[in-house]
This record gives sequence, structure tokens and C-alpha cells, in this order.
Amino acid sequence: MTRTPFRRLESRTAVLARPDIDTDQIIPARFLKGTTRTGLGKHLFAGWRYDESGRPRPDFPLSSPESRGAQVLVAGANFGCGSSREHAPWALLDYGFRAVISSSIADIFRANALKNGLLPVLVDPTTHQVLLSSPGMRVRIDLEACTLGFDDARVSFEVDPFARRCLLDGVDELGFLVSQESAIAAYEAKEEA
Amino acid sequence: MPTMFEKIWSRHVVAEGPGGHTLLYVDRHLLHDGSPEAFRRLRAAGRTVRRPGELVATADHYVPTGAGSEASANEEIRGMVEALARNSRELGITHFGPGDVRQGIVHVIGPEQGLTQPGIVLVCGDSHTATHGAFGALAFGIGSTEVEHVLATQCLWQRKPKVMRITVNGTRPFGVAAKDVILAIIARIGAAGGVGHAIEYAGPVIRGMSMEERMTVCNMSIEAGARAGMIAPDDTTFEYLADRPRAPKGAAWDRALLAWRALRTDAGAGYDRTVEIDGSALEPRITFGTNPSMSAPIRGEVPDPGSVTDAADRAALDRALRYMGLRPGQPLLGHPVDVVFIGSCTNSRIEDLRAAASVLRGRKVAHGVRTLVVPGSRQVKRAAEAEGLDRVFREAGAEWREPGCSMCIAMNGDQLRPGQSAVSTSNRNFEGRQGAGGRTFLASPLTAAASALAGAIADPREILR
Repeated sequence: MTRTPFRRLESRTAVLARPDIDTDQIIPARFLKGTTRTGLGKHLFAGWRYDESGRPRPDFPLSSPESRGAQVLVAGANFGCGSSREHAPWALLDYGFRAVISSSIADIFRANALKNGLLPVLVDPTTHQVLLSSPGMRVRIDLEACTLGFDDARVSFEVDPFARRCLLDGVDELGFLVSQESAIAAYEAKEEA
Repeated sequence: MPTMFEKIWSRHVVAEGPGGHTLLYVDRHLLHDGSPEAFRRLRAAGRTVRRPGELVATADHYVPTGAGSEASANEEIRGMVEALARNSRELGITHFGPGDVRQGIVHVIGPEQGLTQPGIVLVCGDSHTATHGAFGALAFGIGSTEVEHVLATQCLWQRKPKVMRITVNGTRPFGVAAKDVILAIIARIGAAGGVGHAIEYAGPVIRGMSMEERMTVCNMSIEAGARAGMIAPDDTTFEYLADRPRAPKGAAWDRALLAWRALRTDAGAGYDRTVEIDGSALEPRITFGTNPSMSAPIRGEVPDPGSVTDAADRAALDRALRYMGLRPGQPLLGHPVDVVFIGSCTNSRIEDLRAAASVLRGRKVAHGVRTLVVPGSRQVKRAAEAEGLDRVFREAGAEWREPGCSMCIAMNGDQLRPGQSAVSTSNRNFEGRQGAGGRTFLASPLTAAASALAGAIADPREILR
């Protein structure tokens, strides 16, 4: 399967500073009943974004004017912990985000994000603090160079080299996985012997 | 001198891929009713299931657990359960649907059927897959795209995690359950303490646990951020597995035993991180916040955000207490509860139900407290009924329900109403996890049952003594 390659992204940021944002907050379980992945963006952070009667809360950070149209989410540490639901990256992407920046990102969420073209960017605590305290800041992500730029600063970040290749080329890992057929068959033959 | 993790990992390497990735072979893939997207994508790409005969699917997340469940009338929910049945039928996958005597929560039925075995790599599209590591398997949760990858190829690209050993020393005191042990571990290392790691649990307290208790411990590894948790197999493991439907039989069993006994970590093997816990100092625990690392001894107090130095942590604690309706310094004991939930992949096995029944036997739950007891599987339900536990629960005023994930996930009709407080034996106290606006206090089956009697958070040791 192919999708739009991810090379460079320049965008302002939206900030959700709280730590340990779990995937139940990103997309509550009551919205998982559909059997497809589209249309989840309107339920993104539903428990925090809307009041009891379903009206948007004006004080929710994503609703602030400086974050309008942001394609980069800056979040507190341990973002994406909890449930393995892939609806979490689907909902973030459907809303319009293409990258998430934090000082630590949960393992399963990170794997799910990379497989769907949502770039997880891990930064050091100092950079994280600067970004957390500047909602709406313009950032530049260069996946070719693995750098994140903001103001006059530029920091490097690490991405799994294999996932990075897939993102840059806009291909999904399954194609490459299927191309390993002879190695898989050889492993199975050896195990059954 | 490899660790148990290293032995299992190296045995399953199919190929070394680009950028430090390993193509890892998957022995066992369990499916539940929450991954229809993986099947849809597989079909759309014109691919087939590589080893349908090795797969087992069960209805759990969406399955209604009883009369009065709104879900029985909900078409969307029924659709999810039916989609798994249809996909399984069309692709030749063994399926335990509603009504099948083998149906139940995926992390309960895997071990129960002998599908979970030492030394295997086991995956499932659910973060609590670490449960199966209690048998000395490498078991971890995956997302829906990875489910599709395993369906198509029986393999996954993985980066090797680091390995952490957590040793629980001493002797477990009276009234302290496996749930209390893992809550103490998560409180100690933090909600992100295990990120990037597989955890091996060791030490005399772990060694002395039954398989059910070991599963409770491994189950919640993900609540500390670790994708996998594991315990070396021993005679306790082998006794549990012997004669299970899918366990090896006869000469194959003898061969398997030899291999399984060799899995334990070699003396002198190195770990990336080691943690020691004094098991003798543990007490029953309960959570007070909105992630599982926020727990305290049951006779403790709600902590004061003012005493937290880190600004982000202070704000998080303050927010959690406001959500939970708690005041700093307030004792946890005696805080009123509306609902008690005994169930989930963490605590719904026969021993968990026996523990709850030991507290409830001959007593009545407090007036106005709704108490749900949800067995983890049909087999558990049947075993409990053979012992008369269902009568104990019913006579105490609790609901005895059908197997499923029920109120742990609140997507099947069982859920809290906004503002309700529940003592729950499940694994997550996240905001809204058990229903929008619901407040969850995680605890052991003993503590949950004692709290049902009191109508408030209670110390089970007072009843058991």
C-alpha cells in the first residue's frame, strides 16, 4: 500500500501539556464501534474537548486561535500510553495532525503511529519545555535530515531507520515483509523438522 | 549467559532487517472482536491468511454480559461480534463465539485452552497480551496494522527491547494479593518506567504465586509502559498446563518439558535494569488517581499535590484528584462507592472469584451498591458454579453475569454513569475508562468484595481475620 510520503513539514503547534495522555483520552472506547478508520477526527479527545451536552469547550487547547490548523501536536511525557487501539493515530491523522512531539512516547502507540504516517518525534526535556510553553509556535520538521527547527534553534531526533525509509517513500511495511517469504518459509521448515 | 527473554527472542529470529530491525516469527496469534479493520485491509490488498489453522478468535470486548445489558439491543455492538464470526468462518479460523463453551476473554482462554505455552512468541491486538508471559512466553500487544501483518506473514518487524528484572523479595503478608504486588511495582517504577523494556518478574514472592496470580502480575506490565512481562516457567506452570486441550501430550509433552525447563535465565546473565521490591512490607493497595501508577496502601491518605516538586506532576495529580472527587489528606478508607466490578483479564479467573467469594460468603453487599461479578470465560463460569460460588454472589446481592470484558472497557453496555465511583478489579483507572465521567478505584478482588460489603473503600483484612 502506498500513501503520501512524509519528507518536510512546517506548521504551527498545538499543545497538550499534561503527562501520561492515554489512548482512551485520545479516542474514547465508545467511538470504536465503527468498522472503519475514517471520520474519527471529530471524536479526538472527545472527553476533554466537549462538555456534557456535546458543545465544544472554548478553553480546550486545541480550540484556541493560535492552534488553529496546527499539524503538529506537542504533548506531555508518556504520550499514548494504555490501550493498543490503532484508532488513536487514525483519529489524530483524521483531525489533521501529522506529527506528535514529546519527551517520551508509549511503545505500542509509537509503532502504530509510524505504520500510519504519523511521525512521533522524541525530544530532550529542555527542548520539550520550550515547546510546551509556546503553543502556536512555528516548527520545521525535516525527516530527511531528522531535524526539528524552531526560532533559531535546530535539534536532531531519532526515528527507527526502517520506519523512516517507509515514511520517506510513502510505502507500508507489509510489502517489504511479504518480500521475505523465502526466509519465512525456511524458518518454518527448520522448526518443523 | 542469556536471559530467558534473549533465549526466546533469538530462537524466533527469521532474518535481520534494515536499521537494527528483526523479523520475528510468531507462534501464536489470538484474535478478538476489536480488529475488523485488519481483516478489511487484508482483503482489500488481496492477501490471504498464512496459517489460519494456528489462529484462535474469541468474542470478548463487545460481547454483552447479561440481561439488562443495553448492548443486547445495540446493532453496532452486535455488528462487531458478528464481524469476527463471519471473518473467522470465511478464513477458516477457529472461533469461540457467544455460547461456545470455550468463549471468554482472550487472555483468559489462551492459557485455559493450553494455547499459551512456555518459550513461544504470542501476539494479540490488545495491550494486555503481556498476561501470557506468566508462562515464560514472549507475549506482547500489537496494533491493528501489525495484526494484518501477522495474518499475512506470521511475522513482525520488531526492534529488540531492553530487559528489566523486577525481583520481589521476602514473604507476601496476609491479605496482600497479586494485584497489590503489581500496583506497588507500577507505583515504584512509574507509568512510563517500563517503556522500551520487557520485564522479567523474579524472586520468592513471584515464585510462590499460582498461575492465576502470575497472570495478574504480568497482565499489568503495560500499565508501567512495558509491552511484555514474563516469569520463568517452573513446576507450577507445568502442573497448570498438563492435560489442557491444546497442550502437548504423551512423548511430545516429555520433550516439551525438557525444552521448557531450559528456558530460565542463566546464572550471571545481565539485565539493562534491575529493581528490588521488599515483598514483606507490602499491604493491600488502591488507586486514587487517573493512571495505575497513582496508588497507595489502603490505610493511607490521598496525597497532597502541594508536596510534589515537579510542576507537571503536581498539575497532573491536582487534575486527577479533582476528577476523582478527592481531597488531599483525606483517608482512602471509608470513601463511598456506587459500583463494585469484579472481572476483566486482570482478575476474573477462578481463584479471583474464590477470593471474592471468601469475603462475600454469608454477608450482604451494602444497600444501593451495584456489584457485578463477571467470570473471565465460560470455563471459569462453569467451574465457579460447580463450587457454588454463583450462589454465594447472588445471596450476597451481587449480579452473576456472562463472560466478557464488561465494565473494564465500557463498550458493551456495562458502564458507569457520570460521577459514579467504582472499586474495580480491572486494570485502568483512566478518565472515562469505565464510562464517561466515571471514577475508578483499582484494587484486588479481596478489596473489591470488602468494599461492596461496606459501600465504601474497605480493608479486606478486617473481614478475613
